[in-house]
Amino acid sequence: MSSTATPTSNQDPRPQRSAGPVNELTAGQLPRWSRPVALAAAIVVSALIVLLIGWSWVGFAVIAALLFLIGYAVWAYVTEGYRHSLDTFWGTLVWLAFFLALVPLVSIIWTVVSVGGPTLIKPGFLVSDMAGVSGLQDAAAVKGTGPLMGGIGHALIGSLLITVAATIISVPIGLLTSIWLVEYSRGGWFTRTTTFLVDVMTGIPSIVAGLFAAGIMLTFFNWANNGVSGGKHIMGITAAIALSVLMIPVVVRTTEEMLRVVPNELREASYALGIRKWRTIFKVVIPTAISGIASGVTLAIARVIGETAPILVTAGVATSINWNLFSGWMMTLPVFIYRQLMNPTAPAAPQPSTDRAWGAALVLIIVVMLLNLIARLVAQRFAPKTSGR
Amino acid sequence: MSKRIQAKGVNVYYGDFLAVEGVDIEIEPRTVTAFIGPSGCGKTTFLRTINRMHEVIPGAHVSGELLLDEDDIYGPGVDPVNVRGMVGMVFQRPNPFPTMSIRDNVLAGYKINGRRLSSSRADEIVERSLTGANLWNEVKDRLDKPGSGLSGGQQQRLCIARTIAVEPEVILMDEPCSALDPISTLAIEDLIEELKEQYTVVIVTHNMQQAARVSDKTGFFNIAGTGKPGHLIEYDDTERIFSNPSNKQTEDYVSGRFG
Repeated sequence: MSSTATPTSNQDPRPQRSAGPVNELTAGQLPRWSRPVALAAAIVVSALIVLLIGWSWVGFAVIAALLFLIGYAVWAYVTEGYRHSLDTFWGTLVWLAFFLALVPLVSIIWTVVSVGGPTLIKPGFLVSDMAGVSGLQDAAAVKGTGPLMGGIGHALIGSLLITVAATIISVPIGLLTSIWLVEYSRGGWFTRTTTFLVDVMTGIPSIVAGLFAAGIMLTFFNWANNGVSGGKHIMGITAAIALSVLMIPVVVRTTEEMLRVVPNELREASYALGIRKWRTIFKVVIPTAISGIASGVTLAIARVIGETAPILVTAGVATSINWNLFSGWMMTLPVFIYRQLMNPTAPAAPQPSTDRAWGAALVLIIVVMLLNLIARLVAQRFAPKTSGR
Repeated sequence: MSKRIQAKGVNVYYGDFLAVEGVDIEIEPRTVTAFIGPSGCGKTTFLRTINRMHEVIPGAHVSGELLLDEDDIYGPGVDPVNVRGMVGMVFQRPNPFPTMSIRDNVLAGYKINGRRLSSSRADEIVERSLTGANLWNEVKDRLDKPGSGLSGGQQQRLCIARTIAVEPEVILMDEPCSALDPISTLAIEDLIEELKEQYTVVIVTHNMQQAARVSDKTGFFNIAGTGKPGHLIEYDDTERIFSNPSNKQTEDYVSGRFG
């Protein structure tokens, strides 16, 4: 749409778009208001179509998206040319894909907050446990003659204790393994086998890890008690062992990457000062990689905090708060949710159980969010400082 | 606080590959020696054998004798870490420790090794080293700022301060100015002139003018072809090497016919 405007004698009374000499590089351009207008037009047209053929929100959204995608690209083709329209088409497609990906996330957060929120703020929900809560109280709660009893205190404490114990077991093992892989190994068959086995461990189904831990502890107690363990192997620490089997490969892989990223010249600078290898690793390499290591550990924790199957077979189910990892059954948040939904406290009045389950789900999400925030803070605090000159 | 370096028949290997062959050289204390030569001729490889950094690479080893004063650093039972405490090294790209402040960087040789220092002694070491590296006036008000927040030339001087803080006998420099601008290069070269009063300095450089400006004696390394080992062709006073070398190869290199 280039215009040759020449201020010649045959003047056109209407004002011209460009009054000066023309630039051969210019091309037509979509006006700035084109995107919102195209979007609005697509929405309106789609609404009309869907109203005619029978309303559905999904149909409306899909047709609006398609109309916008194609309409906007065609408009760009007409005004700006083929190359621009192709660019617009792909750009719009990318944006639409992004919004599509957001839909489940927003929907989950919205549902959990709206359904679990009212239960969460009930007094005592976070600290009381389910001891002594039976079908009677729940039935009364449904009828409105009694308050909602019970809470997730025992599950919250159980989750925290078991996860912390699993972290204490898996982080040293995983970190020292990755240190060996990066700093000491010579790349021979042993290294390759180790890396391969770590990769295999990454894919172990969580129930298998639970069976492994339960089996080990069962064997130990059988041997210690000459034949019969009496179920004593079901306890918090067994669950921690199961979870650490799941965490170790994640810790190894992420910390290995982070250690490799540390530039070799830092290690050489340290050796050249007459500093031994292990001191170089612990005082130079690890502090430089600490933010990555913190993220790796958080990733591992986030992976296991929601595990249900291995906890069921290793820590059982409990209704009261248990502070002791080494004796008795322990409850965790995901198992609590499972039990409340599958075996409601009052089968005839399942609503309170469902409410409690949603409240626990909200707490679980909040805990994972807090963990991520803490990991970011730790990473930022210890990251190599690069303030200005 | 400076030692004589003497190499006798030193061969340097990467695994089975002979990289540098038969080096015999004697470097006097309190002098600056420059190693020049084309790329890949083995000058950096040989430099790294002087503080036993060469063996950090898996499979690398050295044969022959390398004496610091009278002690063979490749003798049986010698601990490489001890050698590196006596022979410091400054690298091509400045590499201050990014997680540490300027002060901690200078004291790294002590602190990371777990050597206890009273805070007055620590302050004295920091001031002495930074002054010796011509950096004290520029950073004395911001010793607690991170080491990576300095300009390239300042970072390199920080690395030099870190090296001299542990009071070595010898300072090795591997192309210390190649990553720096001309003004910083001048500052480092002036610094080398001062360091010569206390340490034995060996510097590898690609820049022949720099070698001519800075060194007392120069060693010219050359390589016959790719895949062949490098050799020390000629080692003499800098003036002789650049104006009237004895060896034809030296003359060709120095007058720019190759390299």
